[in-house]
Amino acid sequence: MITLSINGEKHIIDVSPEMPLLWAIRDIIGLTGTKYGCGKGLCGSCKVLLDNSPVQSCIIPISAAQGKEILTIEGESKNLQLLQESWVELNVPQCGFCQPGQLIAATALLDKNENPSDTEIDDAMIGNICRCGTYQRIKKAINRTVQLKKQS
Amino acid sequence: MNTIKNISRRGFVKSIGLASGGLILACNTSIFSDKEIKPENLINFNPNLFVQLNSDGSLTLVASRSEMGNGVRTSLPSIIADEMDADWTRVSVKQGTGDSKYGDQNTDGSRSIRYLFDPMRKMGAMAKSMLITAASQKWQVPTNECSAENHFILHSSGKKIGFGDLVEIAKTLKTPDENSLTFKDPKDYKYIGKHLRSVDAEDYVLGKATFGIDKKIPNMKYVAIERCPVTFGTVKSFDKTEALKIPGVEKIIEIPRIERPFGALGGVAVIASNTWAAFKGKEALKIEWNLKDNQNYNSDKYMNEITKNVHKNGKVIKDKGNINKAFKDASKIIESTFQLPHLIHAPMEVPTATAWVQGDKCEVWASTQTPQSARKEVVEYLKTTEDKVTINVTLLGGGFGRKSKPDYVIEAVIASKLIGAPAQVVWTREDEIKHGYYHTVSAQYLKASLNKKGKVTGWLHRFALPSISSTFVSGVEYASSGESGAATNLPFNIENHKVEIGKAPAHVRIGWLRSVINIPHGFAINVFADELAYEAKKDPLEFRLNLIGEDRILMPKAKIKFNTARLKNVLKIAAKNAEWDKELPNGHAFGLAVHYSFFSYVASIVEVSLINGKVKVHNIFTVIDCGIVVNRDTVIAQMEGAAMFGLSLTYYGKITAKDGAIEQGNFHDYKILRINEAPKIHVEIVESTENPSGVGEPGVPVIAPAIVNAIFKLNGKRYYNLPLTDHDLV
Ligand code: FES
Ligand code: FES
Repeated sequence: MITLSINGEKHIIDVSPEMPLLWAIRDIIGLTGTKYGCGKGLCGSCKVLLDNSPVQSCIIPISAAQGKEILTIEGESKNLQLLQESWVELNVPQCGFCQPGQLIAATALLDKNENPSDTEIDDAMIGNICRCGTYQRIKKAINRTVQLKKQS
Repeated sequence: MNTIKNISRRGFVKSIGLASGGLILACNTSIFSDKEIKPENLINFNPNLFVQLNSDGSLTLVASRSEMGNGVRTSLPSIIADEMDADWTRVSVKQGTGDSKYGDQNTDGSRSIRYLFDPMRKMGAMAKSMLITAASQKWQVPTNECSAENHFILHSSGKKIGFGDLVEIAKTLKTPDENSLTFKDPKDYKYIGKHLRSVDAEDYVLGKATFGIDKKIPNMKYVAIERCPVTFGTVKSFDKTEALKIPGVEKIIEIPRIERPFGALGGVAVIASNTWAAFKGKEALKIEWNLKDNQNYNSDKYMNEITKNVHKNGKVIKDKGNINKAFKDASKIIESTFQLPHLIHAPMEVPTATAWVQGDKCEVWASTQTPQSARKEVVEYLKTTEDKVTINVTLLGGGFGRKSKPDYVIEAVIASKLIGAPAQVVWTREDEIKHGYYHTVSAQYLKASLNKKGKVTGWLHRFALPSISSTFVSGVEYASSGESGAATNLPFNIENHKVEIGKAPAHVRIGWLRSVINIPHGFAINVFADELAYEAKKDPLEFRLNLIGEDRILMPKAKIKFNTARLKNVLKIAAKNAEWDKELPNGHAFGLAVHYSFFSYVASIVEVSLINGKVKVHNIFTVIDCGIVVNRDTVIAQMEGAAMFGLSLTYYGKITAKDGAIEQGNFHDYKILRINEAPKIHVEIVESTENPSGVGEPGVPVIAPAIVNAIFKLNGKRYYNLPLTDHDLV
């Protein structure tokens, strides 16, 4: 038995401790917002926050996530919510598939850095592929969120 | 005869996925397509597009097309809402299942808007007219004293009534004669041509959008399939012992090869209680294969072969003027050979389908671009009838042409039938890259003559590439005439023009990939034209405009005309936006390309730098003329995305085969552009009242040649083969 704490809720599951967190979240717990894109830590579609740090859930076994707080795209966080609003405002998603991972990566960035430079944005987002090519809007949406936060 | 009818009181609304009640208009759009008009469509009314106005004022449209990031689910209803003067926020969209009753549902060829623009406007105008009639009856006033505004009908006296409150009367009305309908003046459009947010935007960012891979059914099994590394190889024997030891793996079964263009490749399937177990089980299988003929496919050797085939005479498909004489009289001859590799789609969501076969009935949930051909394949496989098969279309996590081939849907159906439970087939990323329908590999040879004044007098274009037709008809060894595209319809004013095709048999499945044949042709033509400008000692922009020459219509018999004035126009605007003549920082240069495809005109000018031998693209100025624009933001987004798609293939795109097996397997060796490499993209859309034309694909082909042309200015080298990683430039 392994206990996972996801978005503030405890889930006790009975699967192999080696199972990657991604599949436990999707197939066992049934939260499908976290996506599979590559399974090898290469694309960022599966990103979640593990104790506030962004990780590729496809390569983290659930044993390593035990006792930690996991935040997925379905969860609540101030920065995540603000970013989601900017994402909608600027119509960032095309197919939308990579966007949960992009939003989690951007949330992790803003959690640590209130005023990221363009290079810092690139560095934080480099692990997230968007095959539809929405990068320009992603950058704009992050910058917009930063500006709105400054104003308030 | 009317193409739209009031079907509010007919029984079959449930079958189209609408709740009964309300005013329902149905339209037959097939007569609007650019295919031939079938007489039976004019006689039998087979509606395939539906809109329903409910008494609470909500308006529902059944969307027949798949959403894959192209914004169709937003742009189509916006047309109706605009023409109807409805409130956009009251409109919702329902996804139609795969059924011929919706007309052609193929979401490819960049044509959704092209086919559906007129019928959508008519529907809107018709609904409005009926609501006005309903209001005039209710108030006992003449219709010409009534008008519509933002979901209300207004009377000149100042009273007004909501659309929803008129439904009961409108339901009983006959549809008016279509010739009596009045349409809005385009300048009064409220939504068409404006920025509209995707109807799915919120679901996307909240993680609530349901893609194919997100479908869950109680008792559903997860399925992963190991397929033969060599295309069309078959299973000889397999050992499942190790695979069965993995917790969660329940069963191992063999999937037969279905020899149809969209049939299953066949292989060994792991049935498991979760995706991870299925993937692990697949890795643990020990399989012996019959590798068959394609095991000798080595893409390097193959490239040499097809290159030889373009260096000798091929099948002539166009011969205008006298090319031999032009070459003989030339003051200068230029020849170049272009080589481009296979590509694969790599949509962010891998191919995934869920099927549940119960007796002779089957229901499918899949991210597919072509629910109808999926349905046909399922009917064929199960030997059942169409009414027993339902294809539900989920959102697509990207398609780019991959999901117009429903082989993975058949796999799910086979698995479900064999295990007697709902089955979800999920491809691993490795499966997607190694077992796809590849964008064709190509060799092209171009030869041109210049006269003393630097004018191009002759142009020979020979190409050899495995044809998409080979996927449908075995033994095809030459590209089809449809694949001659821009090579034949060259928009340049050249007296002597010859096109030949060389032999190129296929050894993998060849399929459509975003902008298809325009990638190789657009590349070779644009790079070669730039080379000619250099040889003629002219500025590439001025040279190109002259090469396109006087304004004229090409392909005059086509329903949608190819107007060279529009081609020059996009190039001129791009040059103006980029400030083509301005001084750039040291180590920076502009490159240009212009191309016509999917009936749209696109030019891109790129600003590139070469610093320490590495290429960086800083800015892309793209201009598109795609006729009337429905959703401005969608067009801009598609052009931005197309530029990134083009950049990925320029920098990294290359699929190779060794002994018949594809060598790449994931994003480390099939790289996709990342955010730090993304340039700024500046999009301008030409204002136009021409027919709407394609938007999803035509932005791709210009990117690679524009970059290669810019690099030439920086280091004097012209790269005739891609990707640029092969030249150590990225
Ligand atoms: S699925 Fe985890 S990084 Fe791609
Ligand atoms: S929006 Fe489609 S992959 Fe990013």
